[in-house]
Amino acid sequence: MAEPLVVMQDVNKHFGDLHVLKDINLTVGKGEVVILIGPSGSGKSTLCRTINRLETFETGSISIDGKQLPEEGKALADLRADVGMVFQSFNLFAHKTILENVTLGPIKVRGVPKAEADTRARELLERVGVAHQAAKYPAQLSGGQQQRVAIARSLAMNPKVMLFDEPTSALDPEMINEVLDVMVELARSGMTMIVVTHEMGFARKAANRVVFLDGGQIVEQADPETFFTNPTSERAKDFLSKILTH
Amino acid sequence: MGDILSNYNVLGAFWVTIQLSVLAAIGSLLIGTVVAIMRVSPVAVLRGLGTAYVNIIRNTPLTLLMVFSVLGLSLLLGLQISEQASTNAYWWAVIMLSVYHAAFVCEALRSGVNTIPAGQAEAARSIGLTFAQSLREVLLPQAFRGAIAPLGSTLIALIKNTTVAALILGATEAAGTLSKITENEGAQLPIFFLFALGFVLLTLPLGVLFTSMSQRLAVKR
Ligand SMILES: Nc1ncnc2c1ncn2[C@@H]1O[C@H](COP(=O)(O)OP(=O)(O)OP(=O)(O)O)[C@@H](O)[C@H]1O
Ligand SMILES: [Mg+2]
Repeated sequence: MAEPLVVMQDVNKHFGDLHVLKDINLTVGKGEVVILIGPSGSGKSTLCRTINRLETFETGSISIDGKQLPEEGKALADLRADVGMVFQSFNLFAHKTILENVTLGPIKVRGVPKAEADTRARELLERVGVAHQAAKYPAQLSGGQQQRVAIARSLAMNPKVMLFDEPTSALDPEMINEVLDVMVELARSGMTMIVVTHEMGFARKAANRVVFLDGGQIVEQADPETFFTNPTSERAKDFLSKILTH
Repeated sequence: MGDILSNYNVLGAFWVTIQLSVLAAIGSLLIGTVVAIMRVSPVAVLRGLGTAYVNIIRNTPLTLLMVFSVLGLSLLLGLQISEQASTNAYWWAVIMLSVYHAAFVCEALRSGVNTIPAGQAEAARSIGLTFAQSLREVLLPQAFRGAIAPLGSTLIALIKNTTVAALILGATEAAGTLSKITENEGAQLPIFFLFALGFVLLTLPLGVLFTSMSQRLAVKR
C-alpha cells in the first residue's frame, strides 16, 4: 500500500448523547480515492468534517501526512490549507467574483503575489471548464458550474488531500456528470480523495476503495466491484438493495 | 423671525448637530463592529461580554447616559476630557452617543451576519483562513452589505438623538438652541417648523440613500 496520508485512529465523537463516530480506524494512502457510503445519519459527513476539524472529536487521533491535527489557532489554519473541502452546497463566497473566490486562499494564506495567483486561478478554471465565467459572481452560475469553481478553489491551495461531502446531491441531474467528470480527472491525476457519495458510476470508475458506514461504525470496506456486487455484511446488503431499487 | 435668525446662530447650531452625528456615527460604527465581532466569536467569555453590553446599553435611556457622563464620570469621578467645560461636554456627548448607538450597530451587523449562510464561514476556514481573516475577507463584508438598511435606520435615529446632548451641551446644538429661543422669545410655530425642517433635510436624503444602497449592494445569493 502507498504511504499513508490520512490516518484516523480510534476516533470517537458524540453529539450530546448520540454516539456518531464509534472507534473509527481509517487509513488513506497517498493518491488513494476512498468512497464513504452509508445510510442517512450514519456519520459520513461527520467523519469527513472531523478530518479538517470542522467538527471536533473527543478521543482518538487524526494525522495528516504524519502531522497530528492541531486543536486550534494558526496551526490548525495551516493544516486546513493542505486539506481541500468541497461541500454539498458549494459555499462559494457570494460577494466575490469567481476569480476572487479562487485566488483568496493563495493570496491570503499562502502569500502568493496577486498576478501569479490570478494566472494560476485562470488555469484551474480552464481545467474545470468555467474559465469564461471568471468575472461573474457565484449567483450568476448554475449549480454545476459553482461546484466546479468550488473544486478549483480547493485545488488552488495545492491540497494534499481533498474531501468531498456529497458534491453532486444538490445538483440537477443534467449537471451531475459535468462535476463527476472533473472529479474523475482529478482522481486520475493522482489526487488523494475522500468522497461521500452514492454515485456508483463514479465509485466504479475512480475509486480504489469503498468504506461502508452504518450507525457511526465502519462496517465493511472493499474495492468498488467487490462491494457493489458481493457485499459481505447484512447491513451493506440491505443498504445496497435499497439504493439499487431506485 | 428674521431677527431671531440674526440673533441666534441657528446654522452654527445645526453645524454642531452635524459634527456630533458624524463623530458619533464613526464612533458607534467602530465600537459596534467590535461588539458584533465579540458576539460571533468562538470565545464564550467574549460572546457573554458582547451580549451584556448590548442588553445593558440598549435598555438604558440615552438621557441617563448623557447626564451620567458629565455628572457621574466627569464631575464625581474626575474623568475630564478637557479643562474647558464646554469642550469636555462636547466630547462626552460624542462618546455617549457612540456608546449608546454601538449597541444598535452591533445588532444591525448581527442581522447582517444572519443573512450569510453558515457554509461561507466553513468554506473560509477550510481554505485555511484564520478567524480574523475569515471575518475580514468573508463575513464582515457580507454582514455590512446585508445590514445597510438597519444601519441606515440607526444613523437616522442617531442624528435625531443628538438632540439629547442638549442636556449637557446647552444651546450649542440645534435642540438646545431651539429651547433657548423659545425661552427668550416665546414659542413660535415658524421657528419650530424651521428646526424640524432642518432635521428632515438631514435625515430624509440619508433614508433614500440607504434604501437605494441596500438594494444596489445586496449580495446576490
Ligand atoms: N451539529 C449536530 N448536532 C447534533 N446532531 C448532529 C449534528 N450534525 C449531525 N448530527 C447527527 O449526527 C448523525 C450523523 O450525521 P451525519 O450528518 O454525519 O450523517 P450522514 O451520514 O452525513 O447523513 P446524510 O446522508 O443524511 O448526509 C445524525 O443522526 C445527525 O442527526
Ligand atoms: Mg451528510
